[in-house]
Amino acid sequence: MNVVVVGYGPTAHRLVETLAAKGFTGSITVIGEEPRPAYDRVALTSYLSGTGAEALTYPVPGGIATRLADRVTAVDREGRTVTTRSGHVQPYDVLVLATGSAPFVPPVPGAEGAFVYRTIEDLDAIRDASREAEAGVVVGGGLLGLEAADALRGLGLATHVVEMAGRLMPRQVDEGGGAVLRKHVEGLGITVHTGVGLDRLEDGRVLLADGTAIEAGVVVFSAGVRPRDELARQAGLEVGARGGVAVDEGMRTSDPSIYAVGECALAGGVVYGLVAPCNAMAEVAADRILGGRAVFAGADQSAKLKLLGVDVASFGELSGALDVTYMDPVSGVYKKLFVSDDARTLLGGICVGDATPYATLRPLVGRELPAAPGDLLFAGTSVTVELPDDAPVCTCNNVTRGQVRAAVAEHGCTDVAAVKKCTRAGTTCGSCVPALASILASEGVVQSKALCEHFDHSRPELFDIARVRGISTFSRLIAEHGRGRGCDICKPVVASILASLNNGHVLEGERAALQDTNDHFLANIQKNGTYSVVPRIPGGEITPEKLIVIGEVARDFGLYTKITGGQRIDLFGARVEQLPDIWKRLVEAGFESGHAYGKALRTVKSCVGSAWCRYGVQDSVGMAIALEMRYRGLRSPHKLKSAVSGCARECAEARSKDFGIIATETGWNLYVGGNGGFTPRHADLLANDLSDEELVRAIDRFLMFYIRTADRLQRTSAWVESIGLDYLREVILRDSLGICADLDAAMARHVATYFDEWRATLDDPEKLRRFVSFVNAPGIPDPSIVFETERGQIKPVLVEVGRS
Amino acid sequence: MTAVQGIAAGTRTWIPICPYTDLIPERGAAALVRGRQVAVFRTHDDRLFAVGNRDPFSGAHVMSRGIAGTRGEEPVVAAPMHKQTFSLITGVCLDDPTTALPTYPTRVTNGTVEVSVE
Ligand code: SRM
Ligand SMILES: Cc1cc2nc3c(=O)[nH]c(=O)nc-3n(C[C@H](O)[C@H](O)[C@H](O)COP(=O)(O)OP(=O)(O)OC[C@H]3O[C@@H](n4cnc5c(N)ncnc54)[C@H](O)[C@@H]3O)c2cc1C
Ligand code: SF4
Ligand code: FES
Repeated sequence: MNVVVVGYGPTAHRLVETLAAKGFTGSITVIGEEPRPAYDRVALTSYLSGTGAEALTYPVPGGIATRLADRVTAVDREGRTVTTRSGHVQPYDVLVLATGSAPFVPPVPGAEGAFVYRTIEDLDAIRDASREAEAGVVVGGGLLGLEAADALRGLGLATHVVEMAGRLMPRQVDEGGGAVLRKHVEGLGITVHTGVGLDRLEDGRVLLADGTAIEAGVVVFSAGVRPRDELARQAGLEVGARGGVAVDEGMRTSDPSIYAVGECALAGGVVYGLVAPCNAMAEVAADRILGGRAVFAGADQSAKLKLLGVDVASFGELSGALDVTYMDPVSGVYKKLFVSDDARTLLGGICVGDATPYATLRPLVGRELPAAPGDLLFAGTSVTVELPDDAPVCTCNNVTRGQVRAAVAEHGCTDVAAVKKCTRAGTTCGSCVPALASILASEGVVQSKALCEHFDHSRPELFDIARVRGISTFSRLIAEHGRGRGCDICKPVVASILASLNNGHVLEGERAALQDTNDHFLANIQKNGTYSVVPRIPGGEITPEKLIVIGEVARDFGLYTKITGGQRIDLFGARVEQLPDIWKRLVEAGFESGHAYGKALRTVKSCVGSAWCRYGVQDSVGMAIALEMRYRGLRSPHKLKSAVSGCARECAEARSKDFGIIATETGWNLYVGGNGGFTPRHADLLANDLSDEELVRAIDRFLMFYIRTADRLQRTSAWVESIGLDYLREVILRDSLGICADLDAAMARHVATYFDEWRATLDDPEKLRRFVSFVNAPGIPDPSIVFETERGQIKPVLVEVGRS
Repeated sequence: MTAVQGIAAGTRTWIPICPYTDLIPERGAAALVRGRQVAVFRTHDDRLFAVGNRDPFSGAHVMSRGIAGTRGEEPVVAAPMHKQTFSLITGVCLDDPTTALPTYPTRVTNGTVEVSVE
């Protein structure tokens, strides 16, 4: 049998993948208009933040012929052939239309100059246009519109969203939810215009129906999509009154040898716009092509999204006889459940700002509630809900709880990764992953703490083993307590443990081979294989003479310079053989390593404090420098950052640090467990009004306790959360474990044995020998490293990425 | 530095790289061999391997700076950029078997590491 698929989007991909997996023996040809095979459109926005097109593209299953960058322009149902734009004629026995949909562009004057948001090429065009522009407008405040708005914001544009309806995301949330969502979106600096349509676009200007004019260089339409049913219409197939290729429950169109699947299909009177139902349709059509009897019985339109950092979820019916609402305008949380008139059956729900109930409650739609609706909303996840086996867990891939349990019980899956592989659950949008983990736990699977295949121990266990047994080499540790020869996970962990325990040079002897490339060259690797150099500038305080030296070094070695977010200066673009020469100059001028490359203390930032600032109550700069000098070089499970503010105005942002200090009239308040980064967290107050000595002692113990007990790459934020603030206070302020003397001694040892590892490297010819591009040609620089100039400084010329 | 020429048809040309003892066990070294960048590794059990120095995922010539170790019985190196793991024996990427590094024969002659790139 000869199957031809028109369109190569995610649905076509699922179809051919399913056919291939189920042993289809005929020939398959996919003809797609886009220049590449199907890619993960749901993750499209990540393309703008640097995910390459290759990473988004799905692999073409073996044995399938593709014709890319060509469009089918005609179907000859009599002769069973399709003809493409390029004139190619392809015969078929079975034809599948998977042509998806096209963004709808309303017919307003000037619309031809606007962009849409659907393909990788669309995003390239938007990115190019954004370079020249300062502001952008997204027309449409639905799910995709908000995603596009976030993208424009990410491209640095002042962003506006225009929505004709009275609220954002009118199809997913009700008015109350819309109001909370709007507050979140506005809080991010996006201007929201609701209840107003578009009048026209002019060059560089958007005019709204109410007369508002917005100056904007980029306009993106996201005002809904229309099924691409033009081929079907032209071939005389039945289409719906409002578009969509009409299909029966087996995804067959009015011509029995033609199927339609995905966003172009009208199934049961509905055109679906989410991947989960599209995938289900593809699987039904594949089964039918193979002679099966699968049916598509409609699909759940639930959605859980993280838009602009806000959780938004809706599931089931968005109306009902009774509803229960929970609203917390201060923290921006809105949750509502719809229930039947006897308040026993769950019909649906909406969450904005906190979607925890989604995972537990969505599978219960149409079923009896396990607790009073109010309790379920208020208690969040603390009410344990036992799900029935037929409850869907992953709606993207239509996997039930029973299937996940079977993966554990029958197929021996012992972690989330294995369950994903076995059932496909969790592989699309990822929102069901927490539910998978909790099913694993409820099945009694203890999640392994093993670091990697070489050690069955966790990081804190290895730390104790090395400390108590006095082990100081990786070879001994792995021979006595592990297996094999280690990997990129366990080696840097052990290197860090040994460094925390012994304070020796990280490149001494066998330890040199354990270090990740950054620690190995005492510099940070960059995308083209060059390195960056960050000298320590304690507290951000620097003399003019030292500033001049940095400038001279950068000029003499042709390095790119940038002020970092950590109050110091980063010099980029050094080749390995240049690093010693650069550091020689810096060390001579009195600089030392800033450990920007290590899991170690980074910076202690500070504000100007009482020396200059009219509000300052303590000398924040002096304290920041003292702390940075005390803890410099301290290796830890993850990097450590600190800041000291001279008063409660908090200009040093101390509460976003691992340990942050804020001056009071009488001393210092110590905050711990703050984090910027991927999961921001404000630090918690550990102790207040400490004297200088009390402050230092509390930080000493905090750091040493963290170093001993945290997991691999666990920042203090996650660590403090896992052990609890009260417990932490007990241990380090009240010595409940009786280990404080030990912690104090460990820190005293660190302070006494600190040395600058760059200076030590320069003094050791043996260590210097590895700083060459080529062992057999020490004088030759790596010829693959090439720079261009941008804004008067160097920039790597992008290396071509092609795999063999 | 790459002065050795082919001697006769069917004979390999071996290019000297460095003294064997200059290689740190489980750490790579890059060499420029007839215009090609090669990453040479000495394993813990003193075996010698040479693979291409270009990381196919990032395009940068950095494989010699990866961490070497084992996966199961296989000696491997992890790309320093984004940590994809490659077999030192076959060059194949264990995380994505459609991608591979070129591999080159090696030997030690009178204490000197030699690689052949033809
Ligand atoms: C240079 C700098 C950006 C800048 O130009 O300002 C920077 C650059 C890098 N950051 Fe950062 N971060 C820089 C300040 C920050 C800050 C702001 C701060 O420290 O005040 C943060 C958020 C605060 C925090 O850490 O809580 C920050 C959060 C991260 C994270 C996310 C950590 C997290 O907990 O989620 C990473 C990734 C990681 O460490 O795993 C990261 C990783 C990196 C790496 C090391 C990525 C890498 O592996 O190549 C970058 C290396 C650059 C280089 O070669 O020097 N960088 N990074 C800043 C250096 C400050 C310094 O002087 O040391
Ligand atoms: C930015 C963005 C974010 C999204 N986020 C989510 C989300 O979080 N959750 C969710 O469930 N869904 C999301 N979606 C929707 C999801 O991407 C679609 O449901 C899915 O792509 C539909 O797949 P499809 O293959 O049916 O159609 P499409 O992806 O539109 O693919 C159809 C393909 O057919 C080609 N084609 C059309 N006509 C022809 C022809 N005549 N000849 C040859 N080729 C042709 C088109 O060029 C296209 O490549 C998002 C969509 C976008 C754009
Ligand atoms: S400097 Fe920090 S934020 Fe910027 S790209 Fe690198 S890791 Fe990301
Ligand atoms: S619900 Fe989207 S991956 Fe499971």
